[in-house]
Amino acid sequence: MRSWLAQHGFAFRDALGRFARHLVPSVFNIVVIGVAVSLPLGLYVTVKNLGAVTGQLDAEPQLTLFMVPEASAEEAEAVGARLAQHPAVGKQRFVPKTEALDGLKRNAGMTEIIDNLGRNPLPDAWIVSGRGGDPATLESLRQEAVRWPKVDHAQLDTAWARKLDTAVRVGRAVTLLIAGLLAVALAAVTFNTIRLQILTRREEIEVSKLIGATDGFIRRPFLYFGLLQGIAGGLAACGLVWAALAALQAQVGPALLALAPEGGLLGLALPEAAAVLGVASALGWLGAWLSVTQHLWRIG
Amino acid sequence: MIALSGVSKRYPGAHEALRDITLRIERGELILLTGPSGAGKSTLLKLIAAIERPTAGTVTVSGQNVARLSKRAIPYLRRNFGLVFQDHKLLYDRSVFENVVLPLRVAGFDGREAASRVRAALDKVGLLGRERSNPISLSGGEQQRVCIARAVVHRPSIVLADEPTANLDAEYAREIVALFGAFHQVGVTLMVATHDVGTFAPLTSRRIELRGGALVP
Ligand SMILES: Nc1ncnc2c1ncn2[C@@H]1O[C@H](COP(=O)(O)OP(=O)(O)O)[C@@H](O)[C@H]1O
Ligand SMILES: [Mg+2]
Repeated sequence: MRSWLAQHGFAFRDALGRFARHLVPSVFNIVVIGVAVSLPLGLYVTVKNLGAVTGQLDAEPQLTLFMVPEASAEEAEAVGARLAQHPAVGKQRFVPKTEALDGLKRNAGMTEIIDNLGRNPLPDAWIVSGRGGDPATLESLRQEAVRWPKVDHAQLDTAWARKLDTAVRVGRAVTLLIAGLLAVALAAVTFNTIRLQILTRREEIEVSKLIGATDGFIRRPFLYFGLLQGIAGGLAACGLVWAALAALQAQVGPALLALAPEGGLLGLALPEAAAVLGVASALGWLGAWLSVTQHLWRIG
Repeated sequence: MIALSGVSKRYPGAHEALRDITLRIERGELILLTGPSGAGKSTLLKLIAAIERPTAGTVTVSGQNVARLSKRAIPYLRRNFGLVFQDHKLLYDRSVFENVVLPLRVAGFDGREAASRVRAALDKVGLLGRERSNPISLSGGEQQRVCIARAVVHRPSIVLADEPTANLDAEYAREIVALFGAFHQVGVTLMVATHDVGTFAPLTSRRIELRGGALVP
């Protein structure tokens, strides 16, 4: 146990020492990794904000059922009763054609036009909000209700919200794709860094093997190096995204708030940052492992 | 402790470097392995330390057949040895201390205990106080002594030294020979390959002579 700790402590200090001895290239590498990771991370935060916006819109999607113009009050009542018994319906409100007309008349300039019409062109309508806020249940209610007697047509007012929702889904997929590609890049960058380190430390590796070093002993400092570089790159990425958000908020300020979800722009939460660090360090470790293993395999 | 039986070694694309070698070395013996350059001395030491594998025959160390050892087991075998290489194999981008501590790190020692062992080993070879120096700033004899300190720092039961006095002035060589005499006295099994028998004359030792890859009876 003590020797295990000593071995890891040594490997860790050795890796830190390598950072210190090659400070400039190390920092350069960390910046490269940081920028690479910040791309999908920035995209992720953007999509997260958009997602929050659609979530708030979706909270109250509404379905409007328009009666045919000649429908009687009783026929409108019958539709209302049917709605009241329907499991998908949360709240319902009747807007008689007279009320709708009054609403229209309140708009300046509309009064004359309507008076000239001589009769009310507007139908009675039911405005329904769904139970649970899932647009899909209201959509199936819409398809069902248009076949009810004296219902002219039904309109779901979440069309554009659903488009935004689709955009968010596409955005998530694109984020994942870019994250996947850059994950490969991160592992590759580490692979190459470690390959160069191995070349300059070839003699040390050779001598160590001759005096009884296991492959694990040789591998360990490189793995720690990859891990540390990944963590540092992940931290740099979080810092970049955080700085970009702060700059956005300062520059665009209130204008941005109109687009932002209620309660302001969403940043990176602590668990999310932790996940980024975890993934980045795992990828650094993987790149280092591949590099050392390939080298050890080649020298027999 | 070390036994070779019918051992031959042929390097790929070369003639046989060793032919049908059979010998035993007992615990605590001091062996001088002699013969002209190209006789196969280095090859014999490498076979014992599992740096090379025999093409025929068996090499056993403390009852273990070295040629049959798995790749995983070889590092643990090597830790029984202290190796002094013909070409030093010092790391010139490290201090003397860093060079000598390496076998301890490899075996999982670090920290204060390792440091005190390194100092003890450097003291034995008369280089205490040079631990921070770079080996490149040392004389040939001093560098050779760093190699010896590195070979004994982990207190191995067997020391294999390949031409430890090559390229050294007579005086340096005598110091090295005296060191080996001291190790022999404390019970270390020693095998020293050299083409220069005269230098080692002061030591009482068993001599094994190679010529053209075969034992000279
Ligand atoms: N790695 C190698 N590949 C091919 N031939 C080798 C190799 N090492 C040694 N030899 C040959 O094996 C023979 C014995 O070499 P070596 O064991 O180094 O002898 P010594 O140490 O007694 O000078 C020599 O002919 C040498 O050229
Ligand atoms: Mg030789």
